[in-house]
Amino acid sequence: MSATKNGISGATLDLAAIGHALTVHDVQAPPTSPEWARWLEEIGFIDGEYVMLMARGLPGGDPLVVRIGQSTFALRRAEAACVRVASVAQPNVEGCKA
Amino acid sequence: MNQAVIHLHPSGPLLALVGNPNCGKTALFNLLTGSRQKVANYAGVTVERKEGRLTTPGGKFLRVLDLPGAYSLYPRSPDERVTCDVLFGRASGEKRPDLIVCVVDATNLRRNLRLAMAVKRLGLPCIVALNMADLAERRGIKVVPEALAVELGMPVVSTVAIQSSGAEPLLALFDDPAIWCSMALTPPAQGMPTESDHLVVRRILQRLGLDDVIPHTPSDRIDGVVLHPVIGPIVLAVVLFLVFQAVFAWAEMPMTLIKTATASLSEVVGVVMPETWLRSLIVDGLIAGVGGVLVFLPQIVILYFFILFLEESGYLPRAAFLLDRLMGSVGLSGRSFIPLLSSFACAIPGIMAARSIANPRDRLVTIMIAPLMTCSARLPVYALLIGAFIPQRLVWGAFELQGLVLLVLYLAGVIGALAVAWLLKRFTAAGRQVRPLMMELPSYHLPTVRNIAIGIWQKVMIFMKRVGGIILILTILLWFLASFPAAPDGATGAAIEYSLAGMLGQALARVFEPIGFNWQISIALVPGMAAREVAVSALGTVYALSATGSDTAQALAPLIAQSWSLATALSLLVWYVFAPQCLSTLATVKRETGSWTMPLIMAGYLFALAYAASFITYRVALALGVG
Ligand SMILES: Nc1nc2c(ncn2[C@@H]2O[C@H](COP(=O)(O)OP(=O)(O)OP(=O)(O)O)[C@@H](O)[C@H]2O)c(=O)[nH]1
Ligand SMILES: [Mg+2]
Repeated sequence: MSATKNGISGATLDLAAIGHALTVHDVQAPPTSPEWARWLEEIGFIDGEYVMLMARGLPGGDPLVVRIGQSTFALRRAEAACVRVASVAQPNVEGCKA
Repeated sequence: MNQAVIHLHPSGPLLALVGNPNCGKTALFNLLTGSRQKVANYAGVTVERKEGRLTTPGGKFLRVLDLPGAYSLYPRSPDERVTCDVLFGRASGEKRPDLIVCVVDATNLRRNLRLAMAVKRLGLPCIVALNMADLAERRGIKVVPEALAVELGMPVVSTVAIQSSGAEPLLALFDDPAIWCSMALTPPAQGMPTESDHLVVRRILQRLGLDDVIPHTPSDRIDGVVLHPVIGPIVLAVVLFLVFQAVFAWAEMPMTLIKTATASLSEVVGVVMPETWLRSLIVDGLIAGVGGVLVFLPQIVILYFFILFLEESGYLPRAAFLLDRLMGSVGLSGRSFIPLLSSFACAIPGIMAARSIANPRDRLVTIMIAPLMTCSARLPVYALLIGAFIPQRLVWGAFELQGLVLLVLYLAGVIGALAVAWLLKRFTAAGRQVRPLMMELPSYHLPTVRNIAIGIWQKVMIFMKRVGGIILILTILLWFLASFPAAPDGATGAAIEYSLAGMLGQALARVFEPIGFNWQISIALVPGMAAREVAVSALGTVYALSATGSDTAQALAPLIAQSWSLATALSLLVWYVFAPQCLSTLATVKRETGSWTMPLIMAGYLFALAYAASFITYRVALALGVG
């Protein structure tokens, strides 16, 4: 679990590069739609879960295709912006950096 | 003996299937109970509870509930609420289940097991069905049910819901008396939020060596093309285009067969039977009317073949993804896409499917515009008019003109729907907020021939039941209205002009004359309210009765091609793009929205829209000189 603490915290999923292995750092919903936080958690956006941006939609890069854990979801950019991510420096290397 | 058991326990133990969307609950339900509920490869197929019955190998009689999929026990849309209400014992007319079968997608344990943990905490007896075991094995995910059972503290069996013997271990488990009270052994509920469930699940998967994320290589490769910003929309356009080309190109031969068969049948009857009212009923009423609808069966089969293939493959949510921006620009989201697409088959399941939309305003808008999607019952009307008025030739070297016109009609409905949604966005404040998408894109499945064949067979049976039921009854009724009272002595016109239907048609024609409809069309519109196809059979009957002498056996298409102007035909086509749906659609809207307000508004706006559009079409066509 410690591997997740290394990345650039503050980067959000909507700005991630396509195909980069990331982990979820936390989920912060905008004040206008607080229920998104729980909804995102329910579909798998939970601290430490593997996440990857797969594709961007048509003009404007919205919506996004996101791999979260073992599932694939289409998310609005505004939804992806609620998810702060951390990069996985070496995937599958547990605990080598503290 | 078996019968007696069923009668003695009409309300046996109740078992409910619960799980994440798209994990195969309905497929399992169908396998267990022999039902034929809709199964498709996207989230949100089942939107209401369905009941079935089964007898275990040991002779135990059970009632089974299939429920909508849910991501958690906190409902966010009306369909998830159905599931929660049942689980908490709040559902009207249903007791709390005696046993919960938690269906889990074995290829996605990380997400699915979290719900299983939450369900277990409800304290009801609970077992886990590890479904899609075949797919898990193919992807190299080795789950040992016994080991998982120890970790979860619940019985676990593997199932493959799409194989005929795939539920046998589960059925055998139902005979084990221990599972019906197993919860007494586990510690009481702790009421923990999803997050700690997540930690528990992660630890379990780590211990079982299942924690690696396995890439979905084949699905991802398809998505690389299908969701590509440039290629993706082209693929979507080509797919839609091919469907409509095929509806005309492939159906030609079987349609000719049916046409010849009905024509020779009416000839035989005409020769064999003496000239009485009974012969008229059979030839002009039954054969001309019902046969006229039956001709379109091949086209309906082809349309459903494509719809079923797309549903099973998993492409539909991708199409929704591609169209999300377009939907967003009119104040809807990609979530409305699947209910709208279902409406191409029939508006009723489409309106029901809108239950999976969380936002109440979006749900209502989706319901209101669903009837603008061209349902399959309108296909016979389109096909009749296109066959009669649009020449059969190729344009640009490769495309059938008739198929193109059909595509344009479907598109006209879609554009109309988007325009209505856009207006609602413009003039309501709620239309402009950002609305959530969060839509699952399942991995692709290659549809099995068996499943598609069963699906088509069901659609054929539904169509035949309509033909043999409501269409037949209305046709006979119309024949009576169109034959009595008989023409007075010395009458000059066809007898039908003096009948009840003839008089009604002439009265209605006054309303519809400005948009180019004659009295025959006006009559046909009335029974068309009950079922769209009846408009065709009604025209068949009306024209058969209007004909004098030898041309009775003639097919309807050439007949109307002679007697209507192109402007009238176009106007009628446009009418059917927009005109208010059948009565059962309005009744469904009433049920889903809870009052008559919405169905009345719907009928009113669709009527006005249809009248205006037909008026413009007719007048423009006249001005262009095709009157
Ligand atoms: N290979 C395989 N496919 C399955 C299995 N069970 C279901 N499917 C497929 O999975 C898809 C979803 O099945 P459904 O039964 O509609 O899923 P559901 O859980 O009822 O979905 P919702 O009603 O949307 O919640 C369909 O395409 C099925 O054909 C299985 O055991 N093996
Ligand atoms: Mg289902």
